[in-house]
Amino acid sequence: MDLFLDQFFNLDVMARALPFLLQGLWMTAKICAAVILLGLVGGFFLALGCLSPRRWLRWPAVVVTDFFRALPPLVLLIFVYSGLPFAGIQVSPFAAVVIAFFLNNSSYYGEVYRAGIESIPRGQWEAARSTGLTQAQTIGYVILPQAVRNVLPDLLSNTIEVVKLTSLASVVSLGELLYSANMARSLTYNASPIMLAALIYLVLLWPLVRLVSRFQRGLAA
Amino acid sequence: MDRFLETFFNATVMARYLPDILHGVGVTVLLAVAIILAGVAAGLVLACLRTARLRWLNFLIICYADVGRALPPLVVILLFYFGLPNIGITLSGPMVLFVVLSATLAAFAEEIFWAGFTSLPRGQWEAGRATGLGSLQVLVWIALPQAVRLAVPPLVNRALAITKMTALGSVIGVSEILSAATTAQSFSGSASPLTLGALAYLAIFVPFVIFARWLESRFAWKKA
Repeated sequence: MDLFLDQFFNLDVMARALPFLLQGLWMTAKICAAVILLGLVGGFFLALGCLSPRRWLRWPAVVVTDFFRALPPLVLLIFVYSGLPFAGIQVSPFAAVVIAFFLNNSSYYGEVYRAGIESIPRGQWEAARSTGLTQAQTIGYVILPQAVRNVLPDLLSNTIEVVKLTSLASVVSLGELLYSANMARSLTYNASPIMLAALIYLVLLWPLVRLVSRFQRGLAA
Repeated sequence: MDRFLETFFNATVMARYLPDILHGVGVTVLLAVAIILAGVAAGLVLACLRTARLRWLNFLIICYADVGRALPPLVVILLFYFGLPNIGITLSGPMVLFVVLSATLAAFAEEIFWAGFTSLPRGQWEAGRATGLGSLQVLVWIALPQAVRLAVPPLVNRALAITKMTALGSVIGVSEILSAATTAQSFSGSASPLTLGALAYLAIFVPFVIFARWLESRFAWKKA
């Protein structure tokens, strides 16, 4: 038991690793901000593509969505990070992470938006158009606000997944939370820094996870 | 264009490393099947136990499901792989991957099945009991079939997301597709093995994605 505490909950090691981990957390926050914003925007356009009545727009959008849903994010990240330099395109770890996760998450957010837009009855489109709104106005003022409200739990749960996903950035040695923790582990020969990182993730995400469960229950009632 | 093809679709390089990648495909598929079976079964058992409404047990199950959903799997994988040997427990890379990912899937599956159970009107439980069925019989014959039907679409999506994480095995030396591809890439000095690896993943998971899409549309149609 003492050995376990010493190896996983060593307060001394944790205290020394904390400043380092907080730096990593800042990087995690930056990745999250970039990926969530880009993903929300990219996903929106992908969803519009998937729902377009024009076949030449719809099929490519569906293929892109399924392609990035089928490819593991880590594979995409490695491909961008160590594959593109072969084609003469150098990318920094940060850019690689943002590009890879943007592509991956646009598909996920896109599917969520699509479900939301599909939940709005067809008649609303027609009513909005017949009152003289343009296509873009109809989407912006009538469809999107309702669609987003309908799929808020799914948007939230996907956003939690984005935060968890950023931990993969440690694989391409981008100094985010998990990378910092793993560095601290290898310097101290002690697993407590990773335990501390796990606790930080828990503190950040547990409230959101609870909220998602609350939403689901609300839906059932 | 030629240079692009030469870099990413070099046929000789691909042919040379194809056996390695295929071996990786075997490992990935085997791990994925084991993770889905263990994770879904464990999640189902936890959700059923939760219907017994024992206060202390439910508290533990809810904590487990929350922690399992909040923690990034890679964090737990590193914790197990690098931390446990220090206290005398050494698990192999594939074992760590299997344990962590099936535990994660179990946490999600528990929530999904539980959402299915709670969506049933209370009256069904009461009616079942009133006709003389035991609690366990009501659970198995009335609640479970309906809950499972509701759970299938979200469960397929979640299982897909989690089996894709077998690629994380490359970080702890599991010889699955991605690690075979990156090894081959550094030996050959060409990006083609990475392309091959990506194609292998697509071959495994695209049918899965299309199946999920089909299930969802069927499910949505029924609701209308």
